[in-house]
Amino acid sequence: MTLWLERHVPKLVLAPTFIAILLFVYGFIAWTGWISLTKSRLMPKYDIEGFQQYDRLFAAPRWDVAMNNLYIFGALFIVISMVLGLLLAILLDQKIRTEGVLRTIYLYPMALSMIVTGTAWKWILNPGLGLEKVVQGWGFENFTFDWLVNPDYAIYTIVIAAVWQASGFVMALFLAGLRSVDTEIIKAAQVDGIPTTRIYTAIIIPSMAPIFLSAFIVLSHLAIKSFDLVIAMTNGGPGYATDLPATYMYAMAFSRGDLGQAASSAMIMMLVVFTIVVPYLYSELRTRND
Amino acid sequence: MTDLSATQGASRPWGKIALRWGLYVLLGLFALYYLVPLFVMVTTSLKSLDEIRSGSLIALPREVTFDAWAKAWSGACTGIQCEGLKPYMWNSILLAIPAVLISTVIGAMNGYVVAQWRFRGANIIFALLLFGCFIPFQVVLLPMAKMLGILGLAGSIPGLILVHVVYGLGFTTLFFRNYYVTIPAELVKAAKIDGAGFFRIFWSIFLPLSLPIIVVSVIWQFTQIWNDFLFGVSFSQAGTQPITVALNNIVNSTTGVKEYNVDMAAAIIAALPTLLVYVVAGKYFIRGLTAGSVKG
Repeated sequence: MTLWLERHVPKLVLAPTFIAILLFVYGFIAWTGWISLTKSRLMPKYDIEGFQQYDRLFAAPRWDVAMNNLYIFGALFIVISMVLGLLLAILLDQKIRTEGVLRTIYLYPMALSMIVTGTAWKWILNPGLGLEKVVQGWGFENFTFDWLVNPDYAIYTIVIAAVWQASGFVMALFLAGLRSVDTEIIKAAQVDGIPTTRIYTAIIIPSMAPIFLSAFIVLSHLAIKSFDLVIAMTNGGPGYATDLPATYMYAMAFSRGDLGQAASSAMIMMLVVFTIVVPYLYSELRTRND
Repeated sequence: MTDLSATQGASRPWGKIALRWGLYVLLGLFALYYLVPLFVMVTTSLKSLDEIRSGSLIALPREVTFDAWAKAWSGACTGIQCEGLKPYMWNSILLAIPAVLISTVIGAMNGYVVAQWRFRGANIIFALLLFGCFIPFQVVLLPMAKMLGILGLAGSIPGLILVHVVYGLGFTTLFFRNYYVTIPAELVKAAKIDGAGFFRIFWSIFLPLSLPIIVVSVIWQFTQIWNDFLFGVSFSQAGTQPITVALNNIVNSTTGVKEYNVDMAAAIIAALPTLLVYVVAGKYFIRGLTAGSVKG
């Protein structure tokens, strides 16, 4: 008996986690998937009716806005954060004496809650008392900056705040990448008189391809899950102009009482995440096992 | 390490100096960009409402007042109640401490098994755990709400602890697994020959080596849980809300005059614990971020 126990103890230790993950992750995904195929409204119903929730979802103008916003927000957030992060990393990699302090400053927003970030930027971008008034005070009397309450531009204010929060993190990723590039090759190139910009574009940046991929995965994952920032800054408004899939799902689940729509929108979100993450994780696990 | 200045040629010392200066100015401007929001938050929180309305966003306060801080701490309204952030700060502490400890302990044991006691299927379990790190939590919100109701934990702090432990396990397991995998397997083999068992080996070989990764895991989990909003807003009720939810309620409550100074003071109070952790243990914070996102 004790021998059996001794042999199986590792399995027993892992078992509770295994069961919890099966239930709370995979079982729950299955449950949500099931509900997305029913006519559930306020209460869950379990008779499968087919894909009509998805038909309703794709026909809903509000979902359309949410997906469109995700493309705009996601693309701008990812591209700007990557460019800014790479630029900062390269600038910091020039034997800067105050590097430690600067790195701390660039990265601290990542320690904040998105609600805090949203609260701060909502105030800074406040039309009337915020940035607008500052610039007007500098003598530009006709300057207006009302993006936060303008349905056509409000989504860009979310981009501004999100980039502020995450770009320092991308900088940290790239800086670690720059430090791991083989210094011998760079020295050789410098001896050969190759200009610095060429060294960066032809040697250093291409060798950091895996880091670009990681940064892309992390940022796109953050973009799809973005919820807190929108709630704090615009609460999805004006109207539903800044809705993202995450806020759409939440509104359907908890304020509109439409479980079928909540479930189907959640499943679409998962699909988007998985098409991005699964190939990446698969290759990561493969290379690790080799 | 790459050195831009080295290739600019010693023959142009003035160009080199100008370039250095330009570089520092540019880096300083970026530092300003990251610091200005914090500066605005702090100065706004120290101004009176009159001064906020009449003055400039980026001006220093003419008269420093801590009224907004006092109100944010114990008097601001989060809906119908007006008790400030104090009770919610307490909720977040009561929630974060057990959730961080439990998920770290289980993660350490899991990581130990996956890294050193491989059995058939252990890798599959690890892969399943990893995928779990990446799901958008929206996909589990509805069934989780139902499950918490069944367990009698709906709207309670123990319910939130359960949620955070379950969805934090993937990351904590990953941290410990990647750390323990670097410890040579021969060590375990030798200990086994000496008659040490599973727990004995963990206790006397692995645990003493684990301090850095425990710090990483604790900081990561603490930041995640403290800053969480989605689970907090979905699974709490009046009285059990964590601080992020209370902050959002204060800032976005539609009743009464908008008190920007109170909003900013409340935001800083809510941010202080994680900021403090970042300042004190930034190195470990970054390790967690990069380990949690690059490898996971």
